[in-house]
Amino acid sequence: MKRGFSILAIVTALLLSFALYEALIAAPTERTMGDVQRIFYYHVPSAWTAFLLFLINFVASVVFLIRRDTKADILALVTAEVGVVFCTVVMATGPIWARPVWGIWWTWDLRLTLTLVLWLIYVSYLVLRRFSTSSKTPVLAAVLAIFGALDVPLVYFSIWFFRTQHPSPVIGGGGSLDPRMAHVLLINWAAFLCLASLVCWTRFRLEVLEREVEEAQALESLLEGSR
Amino acid sequence: MSFFGITRTTLTKDVRLEWRSKDAINAMLFFSLLVVVIFSFSFDPTAEESRRIAGGLVWVAFLFAAIVALNQTWARELRNQVLDAYRVSPAPANALFLAKAFGNFIFVTVLEALMTPLFIVFYKLRALGPTWELLPIAALGTWALVVNGTFFAAISLRTRSREIMLPLLLFPISIPALLGMVNATTAILTGEGSARFWIALLVAYDVVFTIACLLLFETVLEAE
Repeated sequence: MKRGFSILAIVTALLLSFALYEALIAAPTERTMGDVQRIFYYHVPSAWTAFLLFLINFVASVVFLIRRDTKADILALVTAEVGVVFCTVVMATGPIWARPVWGIWWTWDLRLTLTLVLWLIYVSYLVLRRFSTSSKTPVLAAVLAIFGALDVPLVYFSIWFFRTQHPSPVIGGGGSLDPRMAHVLLINWAAFLCLASLVCWTRFRLEVLEREVEEAQALESLLEGSR
Repeated sequence: MSFFGITRTTLTKDVRLEWRSKDAINAMLFFSLLVVVIFSFSFDPTAEESRRIAGGLVWVAFLFAAIVALNQTWARELRNQVLDAYRVSPAPANALFLAKAFGNFIFVTVLEALMTPLFIVFYKLRALGPTWELLPIAALGTWALVVNGTFFAAISLRTRSREIMLPLLLFPISIPALLGMVNATTAILTGEGSARFWIALLVAYDVVFTIACLLLFETVLEAE
């Protein structure tokens, strides 16, 4: 367990430095956009990672509601937290790229709005977890996660009605991407996935410890009281 | 007692309570009146402009005002442990949920019926599209707000600063419904484009979330 963690940490560090080199130096410069295009190697992998984490959060919430397994609840909590961080990276890097290329910081386009709404839903999920005083917070949070997931297709269709300005998806969207660039993109995604797993793992262990400490303290004060 | 018997009894009780106290409806009415007046001062729109912005203003005013009714839905049942009594009784949880949701639907509909004439007067509104379509839009939109609002009010019941918690949970989820209501209303007021797509969206939203609420409400009620 501990050894696996160290190995993952080393792999993550190596991959991240290699991906940094690849993205900033090795990857070819884009013809029209120039160097600002390189932010793409951070923007897209963060987005994929965030969406994957939100998907895991949804699955973990459903599993928790069915089986009432504490581990599933902790997994849902940490994937939501780390997912919100990656989603924030997406929404911070997007405008930096959009300003020189599109000439605007923000537009109410399909993918931008969908990402923003997802971010809002998961922030409200974290707020509920923080503010809830009941011992049944995990159940309430899992229910909210399911509602959030149901909302996604509705948000999608409601915004799909408007014209879309975002560049069409590179993978499976018919867009053409230089194979060298695709290569760098995938390396960066691998690095980001490792980083996300590392952070989730650390946070998972921390949460387990925190809950154990809480339980021990509750038990202790109970014993004090009975003495 | 049958399922709908329980729903009807609870609904009658809530409506009677509201009829005698008029707590929620008075607060909602005054609040949305203030919104109308303040927006009217700050924009002072012409008839043409007000057609474009009124859809948004009306629904934002109703959304904020509805929070008042939604917040007191369950808070009232906490006194004297009514909710605990309900939990141990064999009555189905969904009967209670439906009664609360219908109750809120009635309160918000009354609010809308009373406030709409004021909006028309202050903003010099006259619809250029098919006016009758505003009725299904209002009904679908109101149900979209109250069904999830009633549900999330039950979730936020056991949180610190409950009153502020409800909008924080409700607004992000309600974004597609709000888009639907506002765009459908604007389409009819300006007479540009059809409201059909937005009405279909509202129907989809209502169906999806009504089912979700009915499936998950028991879990939430037991989870306190």
